[in-house]
Amino acid sequence: MTNPPTIVLIGHGMVGQRYLEALTEHGVTGRTHRIVVLCEEPRPAYDRVHLTSYFSGSTAEDLSLTPAGFMAEHGIELHLGDPAEAIDRAARTVTARSGRVFAYDTLVLATGSYPFVPPVPGKDAPGCFVYRTIEDLLAIEEYAKGRTRGAVVGGGLLGLEAAGALQGLGLETRIVEFAPRLMPVQVDEGGGAALLRTIESMGLTVHTGTGTQEVVTGADGSVSGMLLSDGSTVDTELVVFSAGVRPRDQLARDAGLEVGERGGIAVDERCRTSDPHVYAIGECALASDGRVYGLVAPGYEMAQTAAADLAGGPDRTFTGADLSTKLKLLGVDVASFGDAHGTAEGCLDVVYSDSRSGVYKKLVIGADGTLLGGVLVGEAEAYGLLRPLTGSVPPAAPEQLVLPAGVGAPAALGPGSLPDDAVICSCHNVTKKAITACATLPEVKKCTKAGTGCGSCVKVIGQLLPPAGDKGLCGCFPHTRAELYEIVRTLRLSSFAALLDGHGRPEARGGDGCEVCKPAVGSIIASLAPTIGADGYVLDGEQAALQDTNDHFLANMQRNGSYSVVPRIPGGEITPDRLIVIGEVARDFGLYTKITGGQRIDLFGARVDQLPQIWARLVDAGFESGHAYGKALRTVKSCVGQTWCRYGVQDSVRMAIGLELRYRGLRAPHKLKSAVSGCARECAEAQSKDFGVIATANGWNLYVGGNGGATPRHADLLAQDLSDAELVRLIDRFLMFYIRTADRLERTSTWLERLEGGLGHLRDVIVHDSLGLCAELESLMADHVAHYRDEWAETLGDPDRLRRFVSFVNAPGAPDPSVRFVPERDQVKPDLVLLDISPAAPAGRPLEGSAAR
Amino acid sequence: MIPETLELCLDGTWLAVCPVTALTPGRGVAALLPDGSQAAVFVDRAGRPYAIGNQDPFTGAQVLSRGLLGSASGRAFVASPLLKQRFDLESGRCLDDDGVAVPAYRVRTATAPAPAAV
Ligand code: SRM
Ligand SMILES: Cc1cc2nc3c(=O)[nH]c(=O)nc-3n(C[C@H](O)[C@H](O)[C@H](O)COP(=O)(O)OP(=O)(O)OC[C@H]3O[C@@H](n4cnc5c(N)ncnc54)[C@H](O)[C@@H]3O)c2cc1C
Ligand code: SF4
Ligand code: FES
Repeated sequence: MTNPPTIVLIGHGMVGQRYLEALTEHGVTGRTHRIVVLCEEPRPAYDRVHLTSYFSGSTAEDLSLTPAGFMAEHGIELHLGDPAEAIDRAARTVTARSGRVFAYDTLVLATGSYPFVPPVPGKDAPGCFVYRTIEDLLAIEEYAKGRTRGAVVGGGLLGLEAAGALQGLGLETRIVEFAPRLMPVQVDEGGGAALLRTIESMGLTVHTGTGTQEVVTGADGSVSGMLLSDGSTVDTELVVFSAGVRPRDQLARDAGLEVGERGGIAVDERCRTSDPHVYAIGECALASDGRVYGLVAPGYEMAQTAAADLAGGPDRTFTGADLSTKLKLLGVDVASFGDAHGTAEGCLDVVYSDSRSGVYKKLVIGADGTLLGGVLVGEAEAYGLLRPLTGSVPPAAPEQLVLPAGVGAPAALGPGSLPDDAVICSCHNVTKKAITACATLPEVKKCTKAGTGCGSCVKVIGQLLPPAGDKGLCGCFPHTRAELYEIVRTLRLSSFAALLDGHGRPEARGGDGCEVCKPAVGSIIASLAPTIGADGYVLDGEQAALQDTNDHFLANMQRNGSYSVVPRIPGGEITPDRLIVIGEVARDFGLYTKITGGQRIDLFGARVDQLPQIWARLVDAGFESGHAYGKALRTVKSCVGQTWCRYGVQDSVRMAIGLELRYRGLRAPHKLKSAVSGCARECAEAQSKDFGVIATANGWNLYVGGNGGATPRHADLLAQDLSDAELVRLIDRFLMFYIRTADRLERTSTWLERLEGGLGHLRDVIVHDSLGLCAELESLMADHVAHYRDEWAETLGDPDRLRRFVSFVNAPGAPDPSVRFVPERDQVKPDLVLLDISPAAPAGRPLEGSAAR
Repeated sequence: MIPETLELCLDGTWLAVCPVTALTPGRGVAALLPDGSQAAVFVDRAGRPYAIGNQDPFTGAQVLSRGLLGSASGRAFVASPLLKQRFDLESGRCLDDDGVAVPAYRVRTATAPAPAAV
């Protein structure tokens, strides 16, 4: 048998991966060919376009473009971290850095670009970076730690993106752009001016019309500043070069392939280079129209063209592409499409510009009324519609297309007006017709790939699909959490079954609910318990079945199935005697002890059957549940305040204890945290809390909507100089309004961000009582306060409730042998060896003992 | 009245686990089996009993009995209390990862108790 023909792909970037997918779509796989991929980077292809989202929490996995198992499934050999170093066209071989030599029948170059770094002195000093790969980002992130100033050379698309990232890392950031305006390629002068204003208002410093002459270094050789061509100097500790990209064509040059005068591997309409056995696609290629495309959509088209050519599929050529782009840079929408700079003869501009709001919109219209292109800055909503209309006479007058909604604009021109063959997704070249053949967005993404590139078409796709309109909490309820709250409150429903059978989706009625709605409804019923006549004790009757395991056992489950115990220590104040009790309990039960970030003490490693014994001791000493397990009030932290601190102006500890005792046990959509500081030095970090209080000479300032955690948010000042009573009244209203209207697992910070009208509306409702709700909100809270009982004391007093605290229903005295501990730094930690699962069972093979065998 | 007993079938033998009244509909309990392994036993809202292995295959912890029971398309499942993967209570199959499953046991309720399991 002869060997199958071999395809060697050099470069596994965005276009390289698209090429492999296109091959498999044509049936070209490891079964018909040998396919070898040489990948320089340490990881398979990822979404470079959304690289910056790495800084806002996306992981390298989120960015991956290579579906798990793709290579194995299609029999493709992927060599990570092994770049091609030489091509021998005569012998038809490629030599990789590892020394391996691969013979090819077809060679595909998809080597992308490298960032251009201007040859200024100091460009290689520690502190100089480029912005292209995940590794670049990691290096920038590491270097930025503890530093305060950064600069980006280049005010184009990538430069602005890099600047946003530096600012996000906490650096004071400036941008240096040689051209007289920002994003010179995409936007015109007017658009550049609008962009500049908006970007400066975000606290970035912009220098246009000036170049970088030198990177200045300090005594230790690392970056300390920059000398600009206008003679000025700027202080900076970190420089990111983003002055454009250059095609990576060196390998091709060395192999004697034809390259363009200004770089790029020359290819024909089928993406073949001057050697018919070699293709070049993506950013490294110089297309037959004489351009090198630095965008992903044209690269994808080249990938499909080259794959079709190899597979002998239907004729497909690449003769050039549209340079339309829509970007969200630093939160500013910027889009340009078609003939954005108005170069066609006889064309005319229609411009709308509002410098106050940073909006600039220009359409380029041909003499016959055809839409030729445009630039949108600050508001690019219309892009998804205007781009597909390019080349046709739009169905509405051009001036109406640029005016803001409500200013004489017609009822927004809907995507319904687009012709069937209008290209909605330019990244994947998908038409309206192909999209409307699908029913849901996931289906569109799966079947057509539309929306999976830059994402700018997703909004229009949504408008083209049948209205989903389903804001329901889960598969069981068509209502939102806020709606369910209203149903429970007004109908005084205290039973989950009644709510599900009367108000659930038809297919879910009579069923068991699910892990999403059960705790959410459990929480609603608990928040409203005194008002609707339900039992306030969360573990009784049917409510018991609704709670997450943590609520069910009044403790937080840990990784080996043991629990933690957190007694309430209001305001963080504790007597020596009580401290001793905690110490004794921990010692007697062998618990791991740690001071938490919430000014209290966490005892870890209790078996479920030990919880009642532990709590009996704690309750005896006067402790109560700290609700560390509930979506409920956690802690009200405090500083020492006026009593001890020389700066304090109020007794912050007294206030913190008062607030913690008032709101303890209050069930909410998510956990609630608070703090009280004795003066503006803010030692209690009140501005990072759901509700935070800071003492003033005249009383208290109330801040709301703060958050630490994953997405930190500074709280907003709601009201100033409040008396004790005014403060408590406003917090009562705030919390009850939040509990009533928030979504499940929505902290006050996200709720406030989402609330229509924002802080202003919140202030209207709870300070000025604009909805006439305040009396009711206050009385709901009064009910809560009056009916509060400590859950642990109640549990201990009732043998029936205690029955659940056993490891085994059929061996009540037996401890769970899988919950054991080993020593660690003079305390204990879970013995994970006992849990004994082989790490990540390989997919496709059921686990030991599985019924699916 | 003799309370009904919940029984579980292990290698062809029916073992008594507990009286049915020991279970709260929608919640589970753990049972220790004679071979030292553990089962998670549930009854749903309609009173139907189920039993699957108690060990969560994603973390190794013996905790599935402490998850929340739910139903989708008429089939009962439990969501692990640790990382929330769902397991079908009849087949033991993980609904969030095709390659993973836990043992599933046959169960029944009987008025005349079988010999105790432990
Ligand atoms: C024990 C403690 C860490 C410590 O050793 O200090 C801790 C431990 C846990 N935190 Fe925390 N957090 C602790 C203080 C904090 C703080 C600091 C603070 O409260 O001042 C924060 C940031 C402040 C904030 O929330 O805004 C914090 C932000 C989180 C988050 C992210 C919340 C967010 O809005 O992004 C979670 C996850 C969640 O709740 O969904 C979380 C969740 C958890 C859980 C419950 C994770 C879990 O589900 O098992 C941990 C379980 C603890 C246990 O089993 O007892 N923990 N956690 C702290 C307990 C404080 C207390 O006394 O109650
Ligand atoms: C921050 C950022 C934002 C962007 N935003 C947008 C956007 O909004 N819209 C848009 O259209 N485009 C955007 N782009 C551009 C887009 O990412 C590129 O057009 C696209 O990645 C090009 O794909 P490619 O496969 O040709 O090159 P790349 O994705 O760069 O892949 C080339 C790969 O080849 C590897 N390679 C090079 N030489 C060798 C060798 N000798 N051996 C083995 N491997 C080799 C490289 O390491 C690289 O992994 C952005 C780029 C960046 C950096
Ligand atoms: S916040 Fe003010 S009163 Fe409180 S400890 Fe700090 S400096 Fe003192
Ligand atoms: S236009 Fe980029 S994903 Fe559709």
